[in-house]
Order: sequence, then structure tokens, then C-alpha cells
Amino acid sequence: MTTRVRLLVTALAAVLLAAVAVGYAALSGSAPDEVASTAVSGPRLVVVSNGRLATVSRSDPSGPREVTEQRCDRVYRAGGTTSCLRPVGAFKAGELAVLDAGLNEVRTVPLTGFPNRTRVSPSGRMVAWTLFVDGHSYAANGFSTTTGILDTKTGALVTSLEEFTSTVDGTAATAVDRNFWGVTFTADDNRFYATMSTGGHRYLVEGDFAARTLRSIADNVECPSLSPDGRHIAYKAAVNGDPQQGWRLSTLDLGTFAVTPLAETRSVDDQPTWLDQRTIAYGIQRDDGVNDVWAVPADGSGAPAVLVPEANSPAPPD
Amino acid sequence: MYLSTITRPKTAGWKGISANVFALGAVSLVTDVSSEMVTAVLPLYLVVGLQLSPAAYGVIDGVYTGATTLLRLVGGFLADRTDRRKGVAGIGYALSAAAKVGLLLAGSSTAALGAVITLDRAGKGLRTAPRDALITLSTPAGDLGRAFGVHRAMDGLGAFAGPLVALAVLALAGESFDSVFMTSFCVAALGVVILVLFVRDHRSPVPSEPVRVKAVGGLWRDGGVRRVVLAASLLGLATIGDGFVYLLLQKREGLSIGWFPLLAVGTSLVYLLLAAPLGALADRVGRLPVMLGGYVALGAVYLLLFGPLGGWGLVVVVVALYGVFYAATDGVLMAFAGPLLPERLRTTGIALIQSGQALAYLGSSVLFGLAWQFWGPEAATRLAAAGVALTLAATVALLGRRS
Repeated sequence: MTTRVRLLVTALAAVLLAAVAVGYAALSGSAPDEVASTAVSGPRLVVVSNGRLATVSRSDPSGPREVTEQRCDRVYRAGGTTSCLRPVGAFKAGELAVLDAGLNEVRTVPLTGFPNRTRVSPSGRMVAWTLFVDGHSYAANGFSTTTGILDTKTGALVTSLEEFTSTVDGTAATAVDRNFWGVTFTADDNRFYATMSTGGHRYLVEGDFAARTLRSIADNVECPSLSPDGRHIAYKAAVNGDPQQGWRLSTLDLGTFAVTPLAETRSVDDQPTWLDQRTIAYGIQRDDGVNDVWAVPADGSGAPAVLVPEANSPAPPD
Repeated sequence: MYLSTITRPKTAGWKGISANVFALGAVSLVTDVSSEMVTAVLPLYLVVGLQLSPAAYGVIDGVYTGATTLLRLVGGFLADRTDRRKGVAGIGYALSAAAKVGLLLAGSSTAALGAVITLDRAGKGLRTAPRDALITLSTPAGDLGRAFGVHRAMDGLGAFAGPLVALAVLALAGESFDSVFMTSFCVAALGVVILVLFVRDHRSPVPSEPVRVKAVGGLWRDGGVRRVVLAASLLGLATIGDGFVYLLLQKREGLSIGWFPLLAVGTSLVYLLLAAPLGALADRVGRLPVMLGGYVALGAVYLLLFGPLGGWGLVVVVVALYGVFYAATDGVLMAFAGPLLPERLRTTGIALIQSGQALAYLGSSVLFGLAWQFWGPEAATRLAAAGVALTLAATVALLGRRS
């Protein structure tokens, strides 16, 4: 082949390949973004369905769903307040959007990191979130997280729980490896529970928003969720204390500190939600990447069952 | 074995750079556009697009970096044994191109994604050593610094353009990750076409007995080769990884995540601008002094991460020095090593050197991660800077006695 022929062939190949790339982009870019939405009435669960805030009927959770225009990766609703962690786009950082009962945006907080957990206090006043920061991932698979709390009444914003004074068994914890995640609020709009990891332990800590303190009360408790009666914590317990082996959904009695493993035996990596005093809901990702919301009895009996197919981030009826 | 460099090597200045080096450079340029497009968006795709848990991302990331090392040696040896360096390199380029289509087909299955990314890295592992061997075999010994400089500059241009192309595709195609992968495949396929049409294989003039595994052992017994492999491993140990450097910059300056790809783009820019001039300088004043200069730049980067500078000045200076480090070490090391390796085992030898470097780098990034966790980032970077100083001294001791 002469150089001229080779150049010609290369140019031809380039044009052809460019056409393929442009054609593909044009086709995939114009895909319609249609959403089937049906109005739902009565007590409703809040979920994320295909990246949007949606509601389903509490009595028919796998039935029709009302899909809103709100794009969220993670949601929670309580006391008329909805918190929505907006997805991180290729060109924009994420944010927390606080929505009122009419789903109007009342406040946004710009956030750096990937949405992971969010909670609202029962009254709707306090909002918490956890994000993954692309952190110490390169060596040890140990991502770092950042957790913050917003008081929607006073506007007080804590961007990281690292600002609080934390103690483990009464000793001040100041190690740089501290990470916080999974806040759950009590009914008094001040105290809350969360997970603090440090030195290979993942402690359940009790926090005081006004006093800006955190103290450990149990070990191997991740992503706590306080029951409606305020006396139990549902959480994920690392199997044999090792997160690499997965997590067992469990409950902890805050009075006796007795642990009850739930009937769900698959590894659950989610902050569970109490739908009522007897039922716990959580998301599980299928092999194909789609999430389903499952429910299991809170007393360790029964068996898990799909509650809302193709959805995640469940919140109980408000 | 290394007598050839003691007598003044042949040199033809910039004219010593053959069309083959430019052809290989063009292939690398195009291929790097393709692969850096994917690298720039992959973390975002996995965690945001597919909502994989970060733990799963960590596993995939580990596979991504770990997969190549052994294949380098296999690829190098195969290329020498069959005397078909272009063929082995071509398979490597084709595998990586196929992997881009694989990303489209893998959906969000973690296992499939892991396999696809391993395939991509396998392709990179296979092609690197035969490609560098072809460069050394197509260039007079005295011009190797320039030749690698030109090649790495073209390579760097691709790495510079890749993330920008990816961002452009995302912007134009409505943030569709699939379009990025498809474009990346098309670009990679073009690279294979250029390789097939324009790169000339370098065959041994006399057909000789095929290279045996035993000969690889002989390579290791050669003191000069061993010292270069050790020096390359030290270089690997001194490098904590781009991710950490950019992450520390980001933490210090509170940059948003979107800046991550741009820091890499900035480093590539400095690298591509300086690779050829520093290569020529290495041919003139010696390759070792230029490499040592690179180490000084690296040490300065580590110290500056917690040094007196701040704000945009810090970001610019660190990115510039980091680019200088790459330009002064990456291609120059290969130019240094090439003449030490017998022609018939050149690819294997280069693969050995690169494997040593890659394995040591894997170790150092783990160590740095641990140091960060236990002593904090400031102490960890000071430690890394001390490591660079030690490496510099050890490299002088290992390689200095020749010149």
C-alpha cells in the first residue's frame, strides 16, 4: 500500500467511526423521558422511583405510583417536610433540597459528595444527610463520609458532625479517621443517634444538637433508625464485626441493649426505616442494579417480602 | 551489556526520530483520548449512573489497577518469543477497544463491569512493553531520550484531550454515559487502524532460535539490568499516586469534585509540553541527571501539599511540578534502560522494568493510604518526601557508577 492509500483508508475509517459515534449520541440523547404517573390517595409511602420522588399507597404499595418532577437520589419525609438529596450530575455538584408539604423548595444546601442517607425529625424541623466523599478509597476501600444536620426552624447548619465533641466510653475521640453516617432523630428535635467509625469500630453514638456533643453507647451499629416509640434502634450489624462480610439487619433494645437479628438473611446496605412499630423497610439492589424496597417484621419473626418493586429510599406515611 | 553507552552513542538529533516513532505516537495519542475519556467519567458512572455502592466501586478500582502487572511480562515475553511486537501490541490495543463496547453491554452487573475493566487493563498491559521496545528498536541509541520524549508528548496530548472530549460528549449528548463509551470505542478503533496501517514491525535481521524462558533468567542475572529494575521499583515506591496528590490538593483548597479531572488535564498539559524538550536534554546532558531532577520536582510536590503556599498559586505550582516530574522520569527511564537490554529480549526487559515499577507503586499507594489514616495527611506527605530523598540517593548509588 502506498502512503496515499493508507492515508485515504485512515480518513475513511475516521469518517465512518465519527458517524457511528455521532449517530449513537444523537439516538441516545433524544430518548424520551416519559414517566407513567397515577394519582394516589390515602396514607402513602414515599420512595425514589427511577430517580424521582414518588409516592405509593400504604395499602397497595406495589400498585400505581404517583411520580413527581423532583429528581432525588435519596428522600425522606416527616412532619410535612421532605428532604431530597439531588443527584450529582456531570456538571453540577449535589445539594440538599428541603421541600414543604406542597413540594416547593424552601431551602437548598450545596453539598460535595455522593448522596447516601437522609432523615427528617418526626416534627419535620431537623434534617440530616450523609454523603460519600471520594475519600480514602484508593488504598483500603474505605470511603470517607460526611454527615450534616440542618435546623430548618433556626437555620442553624452543621456541615459536618466532626465539628462536635465526641467521646468513646467517656474518652475524647479526636482521631483523624473518624467518619459519621446515618443520623436518626428523636422526637425532641435535639437528640439524635448516628454511627461514628474510628479505629476499626463502628459505634452507635447519641448526639445532642444544642450541646454539640456525641457519645458512644454501643459498638457495631451502623445506619441506626429509631422506632416510632423511641425505644428500639433498627440498624445494620456487620457480620462477625467485619463489614467485608456483609451486614445483618437487626434491632437493638435501647433499655436492655438486647440485639435481635431480623428474618432478612441477605446482606443489607441501607439505613432501615420503621413503617410502623412492627415493620421495617429497606432497599436491596438486584444483580442488574435495580433496587427494590423490601419489608420484614421488626421482632425477628416472619420472612422478608418485596414491598415496592423498582424503588428505593422508603419513608413511612406522614 | 551496557558497553554501548560508555562509548559515545550514535545520534542524529531530532532527525533520528523515525516515522515509526511518530506512527506509534499517533496510535498512543488516539488511544489515550479513548481511555482517558472513560477514566474521567468512570467513577461518576459507577457511583452516580449505576448507584453502585462505593464498596463495589472500591473493588472494581482495585481490579482496574492490579490486573495489568503480570500481563506486561507475558506480553513482553510473547513479543520477543514470536518476534512480532506489532502483533502483540495490536492485540492489546484491540482488547482495550473491545472493552469500551463491553462497558455498554455490561449494564450495572458488578461482575461484568469488573471483567470488562480487567479486559481493558489487560490490553494496556499487553501493549505497553512491545510498543516501547519498538520505539527503542526504531531509534539510534543516542536519540532515545528525544524519541521517547516525542512519543510521550503525543501520548500526553491524548491524555490531555481525553477528559475534555468526554465532557464535551456529555454536554452534547444530554449527559449520556453510553455516548461517552461509544465515542471512546470509535476513537480506540481508529487507533487500531492507524497501528495496522502505519506502524512497522521490527524483525530481527537474522532469523534466530526462539527466545526461551531461561533467557529471562539470564536477563535478571545481568547486573546492569537488575540495577535498572531496582531503580524503576524505587521510582514506583516514591510515587504515591495521582489520586492522592489531587485529593490532597482538593482537601487543602476545598475544590469541588468537578475539579478532579481538570487537575489531571493540567498535569498532562505540562507533561506533553515538556516531555520532548526534557528528552532532548537527557540525550545531551545524560539521562540520569534529568531523572534526578524529576525526583526533586516530586519531592517538592509532596512538601508543598502542606507548605507555605496557598490558593491558586499552590494549585498551579503543584500541577506544574507534577507534570515536570512525569516528563523527566517516564520516558527518560525507558530511554535509559533501552540500550542496556539485548535486542532479542528488549520487550521482556522493558516489561520487567515496568512491572517492577507498577508493583512497587501499588505497594506505595497502600502504604501511603495507611500512613494517612494513622498519622494524618501532613505527616504522610512529609514521609513521602523523605521517601523521595532516599530514592534519589539510592538511584544515584544504583545507576550513577556507569557514567
